[in-house]
Order: sequence, then structure tokens, then C-alpha cells
Amino acid sequence: MSKDEQAFVVGDKGLDTDREEEIGQHIGYRYDVNLVPDLKYITPFLQKYIDKMGWKDLNWLEDVHMGYEEDKAAVFDRNVNGWVTIPDSIKLPDNQQERDMIARELLIKFQMSENHPMVDLNNAYRKF
Amino acid sequence: MAKLKQDKSHEMGLHQEQLKGKTQQRFFSIDESENLTYFQSNEVDTSKTATIDALDMTPREINREIRALMEKGVGDITVDNPMSRHGVGVGILNRLNLTFSDSLGYFGCGLIDGPNVHIKGRVGWSCAENMMAGTVVIDGNAGSTFGAAIRGGDLVCRGSVGARTGIDQKGGTIIVGGKTGAFSGFMMQRGRMIICGDAGMNLGDSMYDGTIYVGGEVEELGVDCVPGEMSELDVRYLSSKLDMYGIKTPNGVEKMNKYVSGKQLWNYDNLEPSEKKLVL
Repeated sequence: MSKDEQAFVVGDKGLDTDREEEIGQHIGYRYDVNLVPDLKYITPFLQKYIDKMGWKDLNWLEDVHMGYEEDKAAVFDRNVNGWVTIPDSIKLPDNQQERDMIARELLIKFQMSENHPMVDLNNAYRKF
Repeated sequence: MAKLKQDKSHEMGLHQEQLKGKTQQRFFSIDESENLTYFQSNEVDTSKTATIDALDMTPREINREIRALMEKGVGDITVDNPMSRHGVGVGILNRLNLTFSDSLGYFGCGLIDGPNVHIKGRVGWSCAENMMAGTVVIDGNAGSTFGAAIRGGDLVCRGSVGARTGIDQKGGTIIVGGKTGAFSGFMMQRGRMIICGDAGMNLGDSMYDGTIYVGGEVEELGVDCVPGEMSELDVRYLSSKLDMYGIKTPNGVEKMNKYVSGKQLWNYDNLEPSEKKLVL
């Protein structure tokens, strides 16, 4: 993990509790879940997505942030209840707002993919 | 539909499906950018319109008709004479513009993921419960447990709402143009609630996280709900969100109050009995 990445994973205050010191990482979120999005960082892909859906802002994506899973940048996919790791090939900016936009874009691409696990579940269990 | 480029995915270090413990490794191409809706959802055209006269229809028939129209590619549906029926407009996991020309009963528009719904009337209990994405706009008032367990999207009531608004809210934005009842934001875990008028007793009781903005008076804060500090980003966000739905606060966005979780209830089970008393 690079020093830049460590700043996001550990945070400004460092590791607070004995348990956190022991396991070497924060317990709970490692990002501000209440951070409202700054639309000036929206990516062209996300703009295309919200235009297609007929929305004027990020809608449900306002609650999507870039988090960290096993010290790797990742985004949580609520549809599969699991983390999607950000590929190493993507260079991450050094501020949370821009990181969140990348996480949102990646999540949409994963959820809309025909390789998403929900497609298999849909085939197996859909009622109508 | 984009074809998966296996060579590129492998270059990027993404691998073929492999199960190990509880981890499921899947790979997909980050180039699949032309897919903007769920795979297997209906491709609808919002310029294609249809009207359903629900006067003599059961809720199940209304929901089936909405689904049948979506399968035909209709993207703009109006339901006339909903007659305050319960459980209509539910389970829509598709892009769609849906309008109800009058009031709905209980559990209207629940479990939706994507549609933009406009209700030109009032709604009963638990409107848009478990909503995942999209917008629901209600012109009148709403009953209790408005937006129960909502996970995402914008849920807007131009009038006033009952008690326990956004109970167990896990995301999304609930906007109330008027007043809200007691225990609003009870056990809130995430998301935002914007109350333009007054809030009843025990606002944000036992909230774990999330943000509540109130434009009017708060009768009483609940356990572990504490005042927060408004930032410039909050003001910009509120202005933009309320302008989007043409809703105004009585004293302006700058004078709204923000409430957040005090986080004293986090790890509650680890506290000694005497410490629990202090928290409560």
C-alpha cells in the first residue's frame, strides 16, 4: 500500500482504539458516508447514465463512495452485498469527491454488465 | 450489448470466476460503457405513451398491465382512477415514467429500482418502502412510515407526512415540503432527510448515521441525535435538490438546521450498564 493510499485507509486521526491498533485498520467506514456529492466532478459516463434515466442529479449514486477492502480501493455493490475492487490500472486522484465519481462509474459498469451475478440469479429465480 | 474482451481483462489482472471461501471473484470489462440499464430489463421509449383506466381493475391487474406495457416498450404510462388502491406501482425494476392521476393507498410504489413516478394526490402508509433508485413525487400529503427502509433515490412529498418517516432509512433522499410527525428518522443508518417545515418529537431517535436537515422547529430530538454543522457543500446541495423539485423552505436553505448521529450508540453492546445509562 502506498503512503497516499494509506492516508485514505487509516485516515487523519490514525487508528484510535486498541482493537484497531491490533488489526491495523479502522473499524467501520473508512470514508465519510454523509459526504454529499460535488457535481462539478461528474464524469461524462455518469452524465450519460443520469440523462438516460431521466434524472437531474446522481440520484441513488449519491450514497456510493469509494471504500477499501483489504487495503485495496473498492466500491460496495448493494445488489450482491459485496465489494468490487478497483483495477490497478485505474490511477486514483487524491481527493474523495473525485474518487467517489470513479467508484460510481465503475459500479454502474459492473451492475449493467451481463457478467453481473444478478443475471444468473435472475435466470434461476425470477417469477415473471 | 458489449462483448467481453477477455484479453484486455486478463491484462488488467481481472480473472475468471473463482470461488474461495466467501469471496466470489468475477471479471468484467470496464469498456462495457454502452450498457446504461440492467441487463434483461425492458428497453423502453419514453416518447411511447399509454393510459390505463384502473376504475374496475384490481391492484394485481394494474401491476400486470404496467409490466405488459413495459415489455412492449412503452416508457410513459399514466394510470387514471387508481381509487386509492393499495400496493400498486410496486416492484418496477426498469426505467419508466409513471403517473398516477389521483391518490394511492398503502404501500404504493414499493420495491422500485429506477422509475420516475408522479402521484397527483395523496398516499397512505409506507409509500416507496424499500425504494432502491428513481424518483417518487407526491403532490399531496403522505401517511406514516413514509419511505420505510429506503435505500436510494429521491422520495418527495410536497405536503406533510405522518410519523416514523424514513424509519430504518439506509440511503437515498427523503424530502418533505411540510411537516413531519414523531420519530422521523428512527434508526436511520444512512442517507439524507430534508424537512422543510417542523419535525415532531424524537427526531432521529437511535440513528446510527445519515443526515437530517430541518427548516422549521424541532419538537424534541431523539436519543443520540445531535446538531451538526452546516457546510457550504450542504447549502449548495440543498439549494440544488430543492430547486429541482420546486420546493422552498420558509426561512431559506442557509437557515436550515442539520442533525447527525452522536454515535454514542455505536458498539452499544460493549458498554457497561452504567455507561448505557449515560448514553440514554
